[in-house]
Amino acid sequence: MEIVRPHSHRNLFSSNDAAPAPTIPLYRSAPPLEVRLEDFESFAIDRLRVLKGISDGLSRGKKPDEMEKLVSELWKVNMRHQHASEVLNKDIISHFVLRLVYCRTEDLRKWFLSMECALFRYRFRFLTTEAQRAIMDEFDITCKAVNIMEFESIKEKLGQVARSMGQPLPTGDAIFYKVPFEDVPELVAGRRVLLSQGYAYVAMNQVVSLVATLFRSQLSKTLILTNSVYICCRKWTSSIREQEKHRLTPIVEALCSSYLGPDFSQPKEYAEISLKDIDQLAKTSFPLCMRHQFDKLKEDHHLKHGGRMQLGLFLKGVGLNLDDALAFWRAEFSKKVGLEKFEKEYAYTIRHNYGKEGKRTDYTPYSCYKIISSTPGAGDHHGCPYRHFSEENLRAALSRMGVNSRATEDVMNKVRNRHYQLACTLTFEALHGVPCDAGINHPNQYFSDSQKILHPKKDSST
Amino acid sequence: MNPQQESDFDSGALKPYYGKLFPFADMFKWMSYGHDGKHPGCDQSYFGRREFSFTLKGDFYLRFQSYNNVLELENSIKDKCPLKIDIGPVYTVDPAKRHAYAQSDNSVFTPVERELIFDIDMTDYDDIRYCCKGADVCLDCWPLMTVAIKVIDTSLRDEFGFKHILWVYSGRRGVHCWVCDGKARRLTNEQRSAIAEYYRVYKGNENSHKKVSLTGGALHPFLATSYTNVLKDYFEKKLLTNQNLLATEERYEKILSMIPDESIASELRGRWQDNRRSTSAKEDINVVRWEQCKQLLQSGKHKAQGLRRCVEEIVFSYTYPRLDMEVSKHMNHLLKAPFCVHPKTGRVCVPIDPNRCDEFDPTTVPTLFQILEELNNEGLRADVNGAEWSGTSLGNAVRLFRSSFLEPLQKACKEEIERSYNLKLQQSKNSIGW
Repeated sequence: MEIVRPHSHRNLFSSNDAAPAPTIPLYRSAPPLEVRLEDFESFAIDRLRVLKGISDGLSRGKKPDEMEKLVSELWKVNMRHQHASEVLNKDIISHFVLRLVYCRTEDLRKWFLSMECALFRYRFRFLTTEAQRAIMDEFDITCKAVNIMEFESIKEKLGQVARSMGQPLPTGDAIFYKVPFEDVPELVAGRRVLLSQGYAYVAMNQVVSLVATLFRSQLSKTLILTNSVYICCRKWTSSIREQEKHRLTPIVEALCSSYLGPDFSQPKEYAEISLKDIDQLAKTSFPLCMRHQFDKLKEDHHLKHGGRMQLGLFLKGVGLNLDDALAFWRAEFSKKVGLEKFEKEYAYTIRHNYGKEGKRTDYTPYSCYKIISSTPGAGDHHGCPYRHFSEENLRAALSRMGVNSRATEDVMNKVRNRHYQLACTLTFEALHGVPCDAGINHPNQYFSDSQKILHPKKDSST
Repeated sequence: MNPQQESDFDSGALKPYYGKLFPFADMFKWMSYGHDGKHPGCDQSYFGRREFSFTLKGDFYLRFQSYNNVLELENSIKDKCPLKIDIGPVYTVDPAKRHAYAQSDNSVFTPVERELIFDIDMTDYDDIRYCCKGADVCLDCWPLMTVAIKVIDTSLRDEFGFKHILWVYSGRRGVHCWVCDGKARRLTNEQRSAIAEYYRVYKGNENSHKKVSLTGGALHPFLATSYTNVLKDYFEKKLLTNQNLLATEERYEKILSMIPDESIASELRGRWQDNRRSTSAKEDINVVRWEQCKQLLQSGKHKAQGLRRCVEEIVFSYTYPRLDMEVSKHMNHLLKAPFCVHPKTGRVCVPIDPNRCDEFDPTTVPTLFQILEELNNEGLRADVNGAEWSGTSLGNAVRLFRSSFLEPLQKACKEEIERSYNLKLQQSKNSIGW
């Protein structure tokens, strides 16, 4: 792909005027196209709107059918082009530009990878059977169909799997694909396939999951490759062609920073909180997930690893510095395990969270999305209460927080429809008496929004 | 272990253990995965990229230790005399030199291989065992570990197709599992998570009371076979009576709370409160009550959707393996090496034969002091192999490690190296063709 200057008005994509049959390119190699600099940026922004929309939809806990509608809507609005023949080029160019933008750190890669895969997955569903089959051919899946003999021998067990998911029994002409279990981690994790001797038997209606995994691993590999190429390019541009730097680098850099939203790794508005205020703050401004863990910690003088991470990083984001954090955890844990054991076994992870041990990564507080998708087990108190509590326990917890019974019913309604973040938003509104239009996406956002309402003066002075 | 022994433990006893008994050569052969040979396909750097970590006296923790050969490993362990040895992943580069690669931000230093590991700890079962709590285990609760080994081992072999699986007693209250097939060592974190999730039945945390929820019109074949082949028998023949699961009001209430139909629960409650005195002494009260419970739940009268699974849900809650998920999900999790000695119990982390795990008794696992005494009695008589351990009770453990795990593994590794070498040779021949 070659980038040309904006003033060179060449007709770039006129080779084929007939509208191409709808399909999804697999982005295996960058196209030998010339791209105008303004297209380079505007195509990328259009695609980013789609990806950002998907990301918002997922973190709001939208159900698969709602997501399907959302993605189709986002794609239609953002990815069209006045020339039908150029739709495919726009798709390909925008993907490769964003690949360049998002290849540069582990976090960016991860976000881009998940969103592109989600996009791929929903677009795959919209395809005609022939187009789906063509993509399956690209990934060498079609040849892995199970033959009649083998099908007969495992028919009963396949039926059992189908019934365990509440689906109808496979009929005689049902097609199953036999693939290494490593290729369908999602289906394995959900116990949605039959496994035998290292192979998974994937039903036709599950193929999307297989294709998406193969797409994902292909993209993941090329992203790392893109990054090394990008680093080389940057070295090259800075040393040999000074002017290149002014053309591409600013665009690339602006693109990736503007759309991810704050990650609350650095407390901003309220630079520091002190240890003596923490009990009060927990009562007024902690979201339920953090409040619950905080109370449990005070009660049991212990939290398991998942809880220490979730609460610890939240407190860090809120502005508790390392020394105070150590003092805070020490005060509780030493009551149960003793001072010596605390220093030996637990202080390390706290310093680790603050980037003072091990890899020295400064860890960021968990977002709602991450918390909701966590899987707390026996003895754990982390996770999202709206998702992981039983109804009774959630009701009790809400009433302890001071949510009145009418608001509680509204919250429970959202919970029943699996809108956990909306449930949290309603709790926020009930406790603060102020609407929260943006919704709750991050426990630290809950905290800072709450503080803004409770101390409006302090906010305007900073 | 008595306090005197405990204080002798690190100063006196570990030195001769590492000096004369610890099977360094076997550990090295294992961790080399065939790359210790003379074959041109061997990767000589392989063992040197493996992380070892030591816990030393005074709780010093040494991470990222690495060794190029068995002699370096042996000398370092003899010298440092660690209370505990942990094994980490194989990295892209020698972990001891990781800082040299740290400048380039291109993440050169990352794990590339790691056994698929499982950690099952008795403390995770504290809500369903009444014989002991926390760090203690006894023969009444140990069957929970036996169930875990049977269920997971069978599935790893039959469903996931793995062959080289090592089970190890953790020295106190649990078991570790090492899956060592090449395919297993190269799994991504996502694939590891998927396997761990596949085994997860126990859902809900401290704040939601239903721990096991089985939905759908049938059990997945894995759960169904586990239930009929292992869980049901162990529940009815061992745990029900060992743990007296229905003997007292507090305990049977816990089971009754898992029955979604209040009328059935109260009918049972009524019967059990009444017959406290009238039960015949011959039959075990737990067995009688379980039969009543099953009969009522499975009788034709109650065909309600939720009840169909209830008997199974109870059995799963009280028997199904509970894995420490985080250990299995990530490549860079450390796990204690086999043949370490647990510093609190003095017991050696010996391998367990999954085919005979019923016979395994954690209370008779040899302790360090027992082995050292045997060594003294044995005198300086070394056997033909020259191995000091062969006459001690450690001998059986090392022999089991070799015959059931190491030898088949080495054979498979050599074949794999040969195969991939020939493939590479073929490819380079073809490419020279121009």
